[in-house]
Amino acid sequence: MDLLLDINGLSVFFGGVQALNKLSLQIRKGEIIGLIGPNGAGKTTAFNAITGRIHPSEGSVFFCGKEITGWPAPRIARNGIARTFQNIKLYEDLSVIENVMIAAHSSISYSFIEAILGVGRYSRDEARIKSRAYELLELMNLGELASEQANSLPYGSQRKLEIARALALNPRLLLLDEPVAGMNPTETREFGQFLLTLRDNLSIGVGLIDHDMSFVMEVCDMIRVIDHGIPIAWGTPSVVRNDPKVISAYLGTDFNGAMDNHATN
Amino acid sequence: MAVSRDRLLTVFSLFILFSFLAYADSNFSHYTLRILQNIAIFITLAVSYNLINGIAGQFSLGPNAFLAVGAYASAIFTLSPEEKLRSFIIEPMLWPLSVISVPFAASLLIAGIVTALVAILMAMPVFRVRGDYLAIVSLGFGEVFQVLANNSMSITNGSLGLKGLQPYTNLWWSWGICVFTVFCTLRLVNSSYGRAMKAVREDETAAEAMGINAFRIKTLAFAFSAFFQGVAGGLLAHLITTISPSLFTFMFTFNLLIIIVIGGLGSTTGSIIAAVLITWGGEALRFFEEPANLFGFQYEGIPGMRMVLFSVILILVMLFARSGIMGRSEFSWEGALGWIKNKLSVMKV
Ligand SMILES: Nc1ncnc2c1ncn2[C@@H]1O[C@H](COP(=O)(O)OP(=O)(O)OP(=O)(O)O)[C@@H](O)[C@H]1O
Ligand SMILES: [Mg+2]
Repeated sequence: MDLLLDINGLSVFFGGVQALNKLSLQIRKGEIIGLIGPNGAGKTTAFNAITGRIHPSEGSVFFCGKEITGWPAPRIARNGIARTFQNIKLYEDLSVIENVMIAAHSSISYSFIEAILGVGRYSRDEARIKSRAYELLELMNLGELASEQANSLPYGSQRKLEIARALALNPRLLLLDEPVAGMNPTETREFGQFLLTLRDNLSIGVGLIDHDMSFVMEVCDMIRVIDHGIPIAWGTPSVVRNDPKVISAYLGTDFNGAMDNHATN
Repeated sequence: MAVSRDRLLTVFSLFILFSFLAYADSNFSHYTLRILQNIAIFITLAVSYNLINGIAGQFSLGPNAFLAVGAYASAIFTLSPEEKLRSFIIEPMLWPLSVISVPFAASLLIAGIVTALVAILMAMPVFRVRGDYLAIVSLGFGEVFQVLANNSMSITNGSLGLKGLQPYTNLWWSWGICVFTVFCTLRLVNSSYGRAMKAVREDETAAEAMGINAFRIKTLAFAFSAFFQGVAGGLLAHLITTISPSLFTFMFTFNLLIIIVIGGLGSTTGSIIAAVLITWGGEALRFFEEPANLFGFQYEGIPGMRMVLFSVILILVMLFARSGIMGRSEFSWEGALGWIKNKLSVMKV
């Protein structure tokens, strides 16, 4: 059973405005699927509807064969969908390591009485959560920053911390909303490599939103393009890149420039 | 190694504290002992109030109501059947409450549980929706409780109140419960449940995206906090031995709010320090309200002057030292020992 996420005809209305119009999308294990489109196309809205942050008005979301449409966000997260946010949402006043440890809350086996008395499974679980959190910080090259306050980190590191936190959920599907925004080209390239190894090592599925076209083309297996909420294209990076509908949707933006960059890289 | 050292130091400090209390018990005046007990009860209240307001970030105005619920719950269960027969003169007490009488410790436990249940009932509608409704609902509950207590003659004896409680509360009970509350709260805060509470405070959306059920965590924090406020109510009832519906005014909540803000919202250490300072300071400042002869001038004393002073202090803290005494940091032996070493090395040079 390799199909992780199966979205059918997903629509979202905000008042009278239709932000998402009948989006369908599949993500399999080991795949990185891109979701691109101009500003305000409805990409973040799609992630919000998948993860239960907002209720879709129409359509269905299946995850690992189970219908999860309209489930509350925490339940969806516990079922294995982790995400990051476009406008970074860390627990700002808490330490870096605490940020990561919090995502392991649903994995603890000790009750709150055991926590208060410090008995039973408490110590073993805490040790496990902590060492796992350090592992993930090492993985994201944030090891030395473990006891810093989260909002004291530079922007790029905050993005990485969000990913470490998402991984602490042990997700089967990882949804990244503009993970390389604010990173320089070198960092972006490194991150692309990192993402590919991650996908292979953890054998998870990845959904990816980004405006950095060369990055998206580099790492994605398949790409879904939406414009004004409406799906306009689907295919491999090379197909999407040459689709006239995609090119005209991005008209007036730096899509072509980004494409040329990618071709020369 | 560091863990067992810290544990040793903690046990040693507690030994010092209780030795001091033993000395105080046989040497200090009745009045001073009363202040010491008030301090313990206010630490208990402040630490548990800080959990919901400071750690979980949910603005409650409920402590006075919870104090009242706890006081009544425990008093109803410790009064002897004869005493109940004597005091309930307008309407006899409801059976089987009229014949039940349990030991003090059991009544404190009942007080905690009843209060926690009340908190859970309040949490159901309030935490289902996002937004700051807790303040309004918990404030309203204080008023509702007064009305209920005044009118449930056969349970609370109405506005006549409950009299003749045994003065069970002593130095040992109040400080024992105080230490127990601090111990439980610190453990909770340092567990995954405590981290989840802080996550909800910091960013509810991000907490939910990481699998944390914000409703459950907030309810847990609120019920935990209410439990200890109810127990403190039981202690207070058996300290003053007479309670009535109008006794637990909003002033309790106001005082506690001042304490946790001055201590540093979110810091248990800060709550403890501020509870001691404000409770003890409140007694020390009593002379403002009493007539005195100052350098030949006759000062009449102004009742309520201390509250004015505390309000001014609160405003000053809000303006110039928003993070209070401790900010959000906590006491640790590591930090304390480091600080002492630092001082010593400075002195040598
Ligand atoms: N909570 C909301 N209430 C009302 N309208 C919203 C809400 N969230 C998004 N929208 C609108 O829905 C549309 C799609 O927004 P969305 O954030 O999904 O775009 P996006 O593709 O992620 O864009 P960007 O690339 O700028 O992040 C926009 O017109 C936006 O203004
Ligand atoms: Mg977006």
